[in-house]
Amino acid sequence: MWRGCQRLFCTRPQASWLFLMTSPVEGPRLLLPGTARAYTPPTERKRFYQNVSISQGEGGFEINLDQRKLKTPQAKLFTVPSEALAIAVATEWDSQQETIKFYTMHLTTLCYTALDNPSQRNKDQMIRAALKFLETDTVCYRVEEPAALVELQKNEWDPIVEWAEKRYNVEIGSSTSIMGPHIPPRTKDIFTSHLASYNMWALQGIEYVITQLKSLILSMGLMERHITVEKAVLLSRLEEEYQIQRWGKVEWAHDYEMYELRARTAAGTLFAHLCSESSTVKHKLLQD
Amino acid sequence: MAAFLGSPLRTLRSLLRELRYVSARAGRPYRDMAAYRHLREAFRAHRVTSEKLCRAQQELHFQAATYLCLLRSVREHLALHREYHGKGERLPEEVASLVGLKLPQQPGGKGGDP
Repeated sequence: MWRGCQRLFCTRPQASWLFLMTSPVEGPRLLLPGTARAYTPPTERKRFYQNVSISQGEGGFEINLDQRKLKTPQAKLFTVPSEALAIAVATEWDSQQETIKFYTMHLTTLCYTALDNPSQRNKDQMIRAALKFLETDTVCYRVEEPAALVELQKNEWDPIVEWAEKRYNVEIGSSTSIMGPHIPPRTKDIFTSHLASYNMWALQGIEYVITQLKSLILSMGLMERHITVEKAVLLSRLEEEYQIQRWGKVEWAHDYEMYELRARTAAGTLFAHLCSESSTVKHKLLQD
Repeated sequence: MAAFLGSPLRTLRSLLRELRYVSARAGRPYRDMAAYRHLREAFRAHRVTSEKLCRAQQELHFQAATYLCLLRSVREHLALHREYHGKGERLPEEVASLVGLKLPQQPGGKGGDP
């Protein structure tokens, strides 16, 4: 306990010094009643451009805000491999009104992540991280009670698990145990090699979708165009939907989260599809 | 497989509606937007008259439906964000009215003379 007190005394002067150094000019702020508190972090900035356009550079498609080229947070030039993706990103920038709301620009954020790779991971690490979700996949984790939810999970989740088992010719199964289902090593190997067939950009999108839905199986359903984004989000939130039906819905929590999850999932899915498209384009050219 | 997506024309119409929302925010007609031109061309290029199974068309339709979901969800999310979360902390009166309650009235004013 004494050590704790000592630490407190030692850190206090430092802390106040830091405080003085960082905010010497602002001075005490008066909080008027009715105004928003000042501590909310700035998530928006002023729209500093008029026109958004796309140009084709050496590395791919670039975004121009007036005459300036868009750069990533790590000051790299913003280039994307697909024209459709560049158009979608440009539309995001164009749809901002007086302020730029970064939390609505999911495609831009995904491109930033793919370009900068801030966590410095390679392909193997990303695949391993994605496969971790298979061991605790949402659609494989079942409840034992209440009976209505058990049946709902069976009716809604069993078809998608069966689809995945047939599509990839693997064994997945489901479990009510807290440890989750036992996934055979062969299943993991097949998913590893399947994920490895995507390029880095597409993989970034897939992993984003997996972390949003907390399910590798639902994400693969989206990648294979087996289910829509709306359906995937519904299946991912199945228990919540059940509770909503029972206890009622609160717009500022349930709807808010659902729309955000839908937006993020749709962005990740579109991103992955647009970034893994090059083979189909070649195929089309051959047909012509 | 494309049955759950509905008709492509309907998806395109809904997409154009979302683009109109976007362009209204930008303050320009939606026909000037690159996204509009791209969508129109893509839908025209993949239009097929027969009921033949066309993989490219299905892929495009799925992408269009996904993009529609993205635009719509962002719009709805932003509206809810503005309404409930974008204004910083609420006053006690506002919090009370959110759940349908009122704060009690104090005759002498808050912290007034006893």
